[in-house]
Amino acid sequence: MTSLFSPEGLIGLLFLVLLGITACGALIAVTAGRLIRSVAGLLLCLIGVAGLYYFLNSPFVALMQLLIYVGAVGVVIAFAVMLAEPNPEKQPSRGRNPLTGALGFLTSGVAFTGLAVLGLTTTWRRHVGPPPDGGMAAIGQSLLTTYSMVFELISIVLLVAIIGSLVLARAGREKP
Amino acid sequence: MTLLTLHTSLSTYLVIAAFLFAIGLYGMVQRRTLIGMLISAELIMAGASVNFMAFNRFLAPNPTVGQIFTLFIMGIAAAEAAITLSIVLAVYRNYRSIDTEDVTDLHG
Repeated sequence: MTSLFSPEGLIGLLFLVLLGITACGALIAVTAGRLIRSVAGLLLCLIGVAGLYYFLNSPFVALMQLLIYVGAVGVVIAFAVMLAEPNPEKQPSRGRNPLTGALGFLTSGVAFTGLAVLGLTTTWRRHVGPPPDGGMAAIGQSLLTTYSMVFELISIVLLVAIIGSLVLARAGREKP
Repeated sequence: MTLLTLHTSLSTYLVIAAFLFAIGLYGMVQRRTLIGMLISAELIMAGASVNFMAFNRFLAPNPTVGQIFTLFIMGIAAAEAAITLSIVLAVYRNYRSIDTEDVTDLHG
């Protein structure tokens, strides 16, 4: 039994806090009424996930999560909400089946229970030996050797995404 | 396994990943705006990434493959968010709304 006031105990407590942040952020992101609050919940959840990555022995991916998701994607979604805020005073359920909410809840509950039970009851084949060294040097080496093709492909994907989003967002706008 | 040593077990990460996935699924069904659905999709992808990272840490003999997969998921998610949001802006310009129930020209 680990004591709460030992270093290991404090690390465990920090992990529990991160789990709470992740779960609460996800709940806020899905249930909040206004869209901007749901964006804030998503950002909270992603910060928690970055903390989980840190506990999973990969500080580089945790840092990238903070930079790309919380920094870039969050800001982009916030800008889109500001540009296209939906009408808040619109009446909620017009022509909407009242069963939708209950069925969605049921489906996601079944998915959660199934996945969690599957993860808890399977006997995973542990890899023996010390925990892998997931340092930045190892990641850089495999990015430039084994996965160099994928690395180049994703840069093309990102370039196409940039040009495509510019074209899409520009269409329909009158010339000044 | 006590509450304070949860971070050393694979099951914790699997359960939180399943939670993120399921709540993203719920939001995908429940939300009525396009941006809300995009937020739910991001939650689903976060769940998948946590799964990859956990398996990489606890099971895989190769120490980097899960991390690199997660990095690529991030890149794809960033591209997807940019494209989706410009589509949302185009829809908003044409319909003055991003409600999924308003964009029904092909409804019949």
